[in-house]
Amino acid sequence: MSGRSPLKALLQFVPVLYIVSLIVFVLVYLTGDPSALLIPEDASEEDRLVLVAAWGLDRPWYVQYLRYMGNILTGDFGVSYRYGTDALPVVLERIPATLTLTAGGLIVAILIALPTGIFAALKRNSMPDFAISAVTILGKAMPNFWVGIMLILVFGVWLRLVPVSGSGSFAHLILPALTLGTGFAAELTKLIRSSLLEIMGQDYIRTARAKGVPEIFIILRHGLRNALIPALTMTSLHAIALLGGALVTETVFSWPGLGQLVVQAVYTKDMAVIQIAVFVITIMALTINLTTDALYRLIDPRLRH
Amino acid sequence: MQISLPLPRIPRLPRLLRSLLSNKAGLAGVAIVAAIAVTALLADHLAPLDPLRRNLSLKLLPPAWLEGGNPRHLLGTDSQGRDLLSRIIFGARTSLTVGLAAVALSSLIGLSLGLLAGMAGGRVDALIMRVIDAMLAIPTMLFMLVVALVAGTGLVPLVVVIAATNWVGCARIVRADVLSVKEMDYIAAARSIGARPLGLILRHILPNILSSFVVVSTMNVGTVILAESSLSFLGFGIQPPEISWGQMLSEGRQYLATSWWVATFPGIAITLTVLGVILLGDWLRDHLDPRLD
Repeated sequence: MSGRSPLKALLQFVPVLYIVSLIVFVLVYLTGDPSALLIPEDASEEDRLVLVAAWGLDRPWYVQYLRYMGNILTGDFGVSYRYGTDALPVVLERIPATLTLTAGGLIVAILIALPTGIFAALKRNSMPDFAISAVTILGKAMPNFWVGIMLILVFGVWLRLVPVSGSGSFAHLILPALTLGTGFAAELTKLIRSSLLEIMGQDYIRTARAKGVPEIFIILRHGLRNALIPALTMTSLHAIALLGGALVTETVFSWPGLGQLVVQAVYTKDMAVIQIAVFVITIMALTINLTTDALYRLIDPRLRH
Repeated sequence: MQISLPLPRIPRLPRLLRSLLSNKAGLAGVAIVAAIAVTALLADHLAPLDPLRRNLSLKLLPPAWLEGGNPRHLLGTDSQGRDLLSRIIFGARTSLTVGLAAVALSSLIGLSLGLLAGMAGGRVDALIMRVIDAMLAIPTMLFMLVVALVAGTGLVPLVVVIAATNWVGCARIVRADVLSVKEMDYIAAARSIGARPLGLILRHILPNILSSFVVVSTMNVGTVILAESSLSFLGFGIQPPEISWGQMLSEGRQYLATSWWVATFPGIAITLTVLGVILLGDWLRDHLDPRLD
């Protein structure tokens, strides 16, 4: 994946988005006729059929598919049943909140994992190292939303330090970002530890030591820089999972992002919103991949042709 | 430089046991998983009370050791006066059932598609890989929610939803393994003496990719149990009156301000179960297939 030119990487968006659009179409088609959900209860059967015909829901699947693709390509994603407006802006206005939360989660994970992982690698096989390993395994085993609930319990209910739901200030971001970040912090810590350990056994580290380079420089300049490459790959892969984790975390904390919107849209079968949200989140995930590719070039000079 | 010496032949089972006994974390994992499996199987006998019996005069009782606790309800009661400990014991049944069934199904899908992609190569492989790429670009949690919309709620749809969205990792590992095993000399030898494709797969390829398949599937049980609890927490999984830890958590969250225990104990149960599976999986990996990590 690394080392592609940005243009090539961008071209890879196309087949992925096409398959995603197919998956979305099949799922929407399988959920069946939404008209019964949408018309007022006192509307007659004829009214319903008029609506079905207007949307082309009575046509064969391939006609519906062509219509669907045509709509997507012209940027017409339909109307949100729930909000009664164009669905696209409903989804787009949620993006900043989700990006803020995901970035917050990533920052929390990195702030925890980087020092902890380095520390564990330097004190290999010591008591603190074993303790850190145990905590990382525990971090992987805990359901994320439960961590959120426990944080609410301790910091919101018992200590009353921070707000436990909603958004609007930095204080509102703390608990959701911690919730989202801790699970990933556990995995990242483990990875930084193991890749740093592997690198510290390399010849060039021994050479640097033999030259009398201070240990702290060896770790930061030679060790960490190389250990960051696998960490970056994992961060990019995990950023996609973070977007998914945001679905649940946002629900726990009533954070007004895409995740909360999607969960509500699934409750109310608001298909237009669900479709756009899937596309938007997929594009966000692909953009994260693209950004990672660019970062590889910065970190690893071998990839700059 | 590595020198290989002829190893004494040790029968398989004792070797497995010996490896387990020398690995404390693995042993702990097996013990936890075994304990939870026994709890799930014997839930009817182990649960002190009927997990569904409501008693509104005993609602939100704290655990027995706290002030106001009732010794009949060791971990306290929920908002409808149902015994938490009994509900947690029955919840183990749901978690393990969903976990094992969904992993069995998703591993079957992953194994079939991985084998197909690896063996067929060419266009078939390219098509399967593009689908996998697309599925990796959609966060699994989002995908599960959208599929849940089609499949509906309840135990069987939940298993289908989780399996349909969690086979990708398994398929990728199987494909990669098949690609490397396929190049081995013994495969060429088997081919040259006229082994048929199906026989080749069953007799020569499958046995050689089995260990990483088993490891990945085991690790997946933990992921799947977490997925089940998340979906049930959001209300798209197990529905009352069936009992699931995720659903208990979502209820407990509403009473967090007054009754911390309702949301705390089911979470501990999930964590413990997944922890056991992770430790078991880590040991299996070290024992069967150390290069996977």
